Amino acid sequence: MAKIEIENVYKIFGDNPEAALARAMAGEGKDEIHSDTGHTVGLHDITLSMEESKTFVVMGLSGSGKSTLIRHINRLIEPTAGRIVVDGVDVLTLNDADLRQFRRTKMAMVFQRFGLFPHRTVIHNVAYGLEMQGVEKRHRQDKAAEWIETVGLAGYENSYPSQLSGGMQQRVGLARALCGDPEVLLMDEAFSALDPLIRSGMQDQLIELQEKLHKTIVFITHDLDEALKLGDKIAILKDGRLSQVGKPEEILLEPADDYVAAFVRDVNRARVLTVDVVMRPPSLRLTTENIDAALREMQGHRDDFGYVFDGDDFRGVITERHLRRAATTNGNSSVYDLADDSQTVTADSVLEEALPTILQSDTPVAVVNNDGEFRGVVSKRELIRVLTEHREEPDEAAQEPKRTGP
Amino acid sequence: MADSNWLIEFPALSRDTLRLLQRSIDETFREFSRSYGQALEDFFEPLLWFMIWFERLLLNAPWWLVIAVIASCAYLASRNWKMTIGVIAAFLAIGIFGMWEDTMRTVSIITVCTLLAIVIGIPIGVMMARYDRAQATITPVLDVMQTMPSFVYLIPVVMLLGIGRVPGVIAVIIYAIPPVIRLTNLGIRLVDKDVLEAANAFGADFKQRLFGVQIPLAMPNIMAGVNQTIMMSLAMVVIASMIGVKGLGQPVLKAITNQYFSMGLFNGLAIVAIAIVFDRVSQAYGHRIQKHRQVGH
Repeated sequence: MAKIEIENVYKIFGDNPEAALARAMAGEGKDEIHSDTGHTVGLHDITLSMEESKTFVVMGLSGSGKSTLIRHINRLIEPTAGRIVVDGVDVLTLNDADLRQFRRTKMAMVFQRFGLFPHRTVIHNVAYGLEMQGVEKRHRQDKAAEWIETVGLAGYENSYPSQLSGGMQQRVGLARALCGDPEVLLMDEAFSALDPLIRSGMQDQLIELQEKLHKTIVFITHDLDEALKLGDKIAILKDGRLSQVGKPEEILLEPADDYVAAFVRDVNRARVLTVDVVMRPPSLRLTTENIDAALREMQGHRDDFGYVFDGDDFRGVITERHLRRAATTNGNSSVYDLADDSQTVTADSVLEEALPTILQSDTPVAVVNNDGEFRGVVSKRELIRVLTEHREEPDEAAQEPKRTGP
Repeated sequence: MADSNWLIEFPALSRDTLRLLQRSIDETFREFSRSYGQALEDFFEPLLWFMIWFERLLLNAPWWLVIAVIASCAYLASRNWKMTIGVIAAFLAIGIFGMWEDTMRTVSIITVCTLLAIVIGIPIGVMMARYDRAQATITPVLDVMQTMPSFVYLIPVVMLLGIGRVPGVIAVIIYAIPPVIRLTNLGIRLVDKDVLEAANAFGADFKQRLFGVQIPLAMPNIMAGVNQTIMMSLAMVVIASMIGVKGLGQPVLKAITNQYFSMGLFNGLAIVAIAIVFDRVSQAYGHRIQKHRQVGH
């Protein structure tokens, strides 16, 4: 079961949301409802499922409802209709005391403008979550000091937030959120207010922390590059409606509508897509040690190269020319020894890193995972297709996002 | 007054009707004060007792001890030696010019008024910040309290409680409490919404939000309100002396009626000196507890 389930959530802002809700449910557009009733449809029929220990990114431009959506998860905002289920518990059924307990223990939030307490020192800010949990002072100070060190702010324990730079303040925000050991981390445009270089550093730090902590992270951003970098799964929100939900490569390679397509047009795919997205099964697998047998197999095939396996072990790639030369000079040697395994790329490296190896090789390059097991091959042609296909789309279609709703 | 004249002359109520109206209001109030005056006096008895005790404390203590206590309060609040020396000098001057006892009486009544104003005013301000309806109801009341000439509400207070310290304190508080209420309300409303949302997201309850976030962050405004309240209660000292509050106000009143210029001037200056001491010390305190605002980056 998913950690967080958001089911058919609607949020209408205004004095009489019920009336506007009926119209929204009947399928009327946001603009129509706004001009007729003065109510704003913040979220329109959002259904999402967020897996445990994964980073779920909600991406959208300002006004798309993404910050509204994240505040529904810890009920800082109440939905007009729908259900929000965390760990099987419908959050909307909690009473005030249970809701506070839920916020204290289950989740923590990082804010766009940091939301630090200006009158508390760094260490007292970081310890705030534990203070709310009722943890004894000495213990929470120790824990806070550890987290301050983890985010690289050792020595600033007794500074006030106003004495720190933006990047340092957000590190405090991150440490404060993590210090209470929440299961879910809600990050509302957490890095948007930072300089690009610092933002990138914070993203790396988050990825590094996540590898150790395996929290369920809900990350809000307006920056597609950030979404692609951090997200295990991405939801794209437009005018309060979901445009698409999928893995980063699905968003990039199969945009669901013109709006998403327009977004992903300018993404540097080489930096985002990993090798396993473009890899294919090898056209020819050679499982024999005998040169003549290998040659015979190759001649019956359209390619003049093959991938040599000793059982399940990948031994390397070999070309027909290489085999022939070996057959005339040294007919007894093993195909396993002749195969060239010097050129491989790892499955989870991004295309940009794999690019030189793939381009310099005459044959499609073997893809292995981190343990050295064979996963597939990646060819120059496939690589070029993936990196360039979106540029051939007609511009008009991409520039005018399709209007949703009737 | 003929009926056709109403366009030219204002159609006021007839003199008889007005007289009847005023008389009935007066009689109702007199009736009220007759039946409840004693109960109210009993209610304020502990306050009176406390004020007399505090005044005696200040008057009976040796002058150097009083100065030492006031000076150390000033130092603890401001952590500033220059200011502390100024405070000592001001009180020495007051003593040398023979106004020590009156000054002690005034200091005691101002202290009581300020404490009461804070104790009553801050909760009202908090309530106003929390409920818009409370703000809508209380704001016009505060407007009336601040603009109504003080002599006007001295009348019912004196009718109810007679002449003396307690009615004086009530009159002073009515006049001086609005700033602390208004600025508490304003200060809490001005607290950064993001910070408050963060407290909510971490599961803070009403008390934790109020005492952990809202009041500390509203402190500069609350302190400005307290400061204004002190200044305004000092301004009321002379008026309060008209209903029997002893202190620096009485010689000033005497000086006005007998045209003793120098007597009025000395006592007036003593009030000014106390005002400056209270103002500077409370401001320095307000500033010092906000040290996190000094950006050191």
